[in-house]
Amino acid sequence: MKLALLGQQRFDPNLKVAAKALGVSGKVALVTAGWQGREEEDLDLSDHLGGQTVNLELHRRADEVFAQDPEFRQLYRERQLRYRQIQDFYRIRLTSLIATAKVIAHRSALPAVLEDERKTSVGAIRLLDHHHWIRCERVRHDFITECDPASRPVIARHRAEVRDVLADCAAVAIAGGHVASLLNRMHLFDVAGGIGDRPVLAWSAGAMAVTERVVVFHDYPPHGNAAPQILDAGLGLARGIVALPNPTTRLALDDEERVMMYARRFAPSTCLAFPRRSFLLLDEGRRIGAEGVVELREDGSTAKLEAA
Amino acid sequence: MTGEGLAIHRLMAELPVTGEAIDSFVKSHSFPLVEGPSVTFIFRGSADGVNLRHWIYGLESSQPLERVPETDLFFAIVELPEKSRVEYKFEVWRDGGSHWIEDPLNDNRARDPFGANSVAHGHGYEVPAWTLPDPEARPGRLEPFTFNSKALGHAQKGSIYYPANYRKSRRYPLLVVHDGSDYIRFAGMKAVLDNLMHERAIPDLIVCFIDSQDRLNEYAAHEAHGRFLTEELVPDLERRLPLEARPQSRCLMGASFGAVACLATAWQFPGFYGRLLLQSGSFAFTDIRGGSRRGPLFDPVVTFVNELRKDVKPFSERLFVSCGVYESLIYENRSLVPLLDQSGMEVHFVEARDGHNWENWRDRLLEGLSWLFPGPFLMVYE
Repeated sequence: MKLALLGQQRFDPNLKVAAKALGVSGKVALVTAGWQGREEEDLDLSDHLGGQTVNLELHRRADEVFAQDPEFRQLYRERQLRYRQIQDFYRIRLTSLIATAKVIAHRSALPAVLEDERKTSVGAIRLLDHHHWIRCERVRHDFITECDPASRPVIARHRAEVRDVLADCAAVAIAGGHVASLLNRMHLFDVAGGIGDRPVLAWSAGAMAVTERVVVFHDYPPHGNAAPQILDAGLGLARGIVALPNPTTRLALDDEERVMMYARRFAPSTCLAFPRRSFLLLDEGRRIGAEGVVELREDGSTAKLEAA
Repeated sequence: MTGEGLAIHRLMAELPVTGEAIDSFVKSHSFPLVEGPSVTFIFRGSADGVNLRHWIYGLESSQPLERVPETDLFFAIVELPEKSRVEYKFEVWRDGGSHWIEDPLNDNRARDPFGANSVAHGHGYEVPAWTLPDPEARPGRLEPFTFNSKALGHAQKGSIYYPANYRKSRRYPLLVVHDGSDYIRFAGMKAVLDNLMHERAIPDLIVCFIDSQDRLNEYAAHEAHGRFLTEELVPDLERRLPLEARPQSRCLMGASFGAVACLATAWQFPGFYGRLLLQSGSFAFTDIRGGSRRGPLFDPVVTFVNELRKDVKPFSERLFVSCGVYESLIYENRSLVPLLDQSGMEVHFVEARDGHNWENWRDRLLEGLSWLFPGPFLMVYE
């Protein structure tokens, strides 16, 4: 499968360039569910892609499912509440581990001792990340077992419609927005199953959603400090990558300690920042092009990702 | 208290200082005149003497202004830390008597139900943009309500804020705001809510603004007020409105005595309110038996806070506590925070270079609300 991960497209988009580089021609299926209530406002995007587009309308479809299947809506709400609660407890533990790691990192000690302590700090956080990951999987598994979305008539109908639309398209474009909302709707309508081998162009939250692990982050939050957190499993189309869009406003790339923590914490995956106008092209997981993408390295430095 | 090379010194360097020179000086600057950390207050007019009266706890509350020789111009230079805000008035002495006035050369006012004070902004202070109405932010709507409370024995009035994107099919957290009308009028809270939701700093909330006809009694750790909120008002709202109805989604908020009402209610009903936003709480206490220096109005508060301090058990989950360092209540707040923190509740304490006033409480709303109810800013990547 060919895949393009891109930075923000809202102003000065470069989606068409990436589509051309991947050899996309024909109708493009749009996923703008991350825009939530503004899902249908895709005219500019469609124009940019030459007008040959069709929106999968996943947000609207989900609203229809919730309206027509109250039992499912209730189970879905309960699942979301469970997610929110485990995410909150994860955050509490994480905040404390990261504060501890910071205290230790600022102590003076023999370099070898300090490095060993750094590794222990990162190891503890990785363990917590893993534990959280397992719990998210369990919530997802329990939900599917309990309500079996595929067997529910209204969901099955929408899934079939989405599959039919995708079958008629040459590529899929996944826009940014609210990453959890986007991901939930793509899972609900089994978009990954319908994509097949079609090229995928994904940006901002869309780029995060197609990776294996979605990491939400903001180094400059409104209330002081926020630790990057694993949100959930993504679609897994892009492997070995943690996508970090909008770095200009969200990432402290000049803070070596933070960069080091990102890189070591999520290794062996590579943390990649996607500024505006940047893109990464992959073919069967192999890098075939890159522009402006920034790699966060384990020594705390950053570097432009080579094209191939 | 004085700085060299300030504008006022340059004016005085060429004696005698003429009326024309003073006219030109006043016209060419805005006052109080902020020059780095030095702030020059001036008063011009007929007076036997002028004092600067301010509300900075720990400093003499009255400082005399110096007269520029043989003129009607008085001045005082005060060092103010960066980003601080100070309220003040001039006490003007004439013919053996004095009266207090707002600074005629300064349009900045802090208003409250009892009147207004002039406000001096230290170097670097700016009114936060998110406190001002933003035409880009879709406005929520306010609907007045009246609630007949059996617990209180009379009707309570207030208003309910519905976010711009309100939909009955969704579920919302509930924020109950004490002194609600004052928060709307003096802290611009409606615009703040509109903006913070628009900026995704907080999620969409339903906000219930309540007022009291007798706040100094009902907000002073009054048991019936706690029952009014917890057994009457909140259950009624949760029946009528699409609310999440769980502790993590219920927040009480208030300032001064309003903060006491929040703390006392949450303590009275442990586990019911998962979020508290307490601003400049009047948490008076006495470690040694005897009356509080703050007077009889505080007696029920002192009784409550003394009881709370004996053994703080977790009664809520997340508490945002803020206080100005220029207000006397900083002592009580600093003293209470470690006790709350050690109980296992998550406590975020913020001190501001500000006083006991609505602008201070307004300026802390972004940090407080977004800490208690983090918005989807962590989730949205356009």
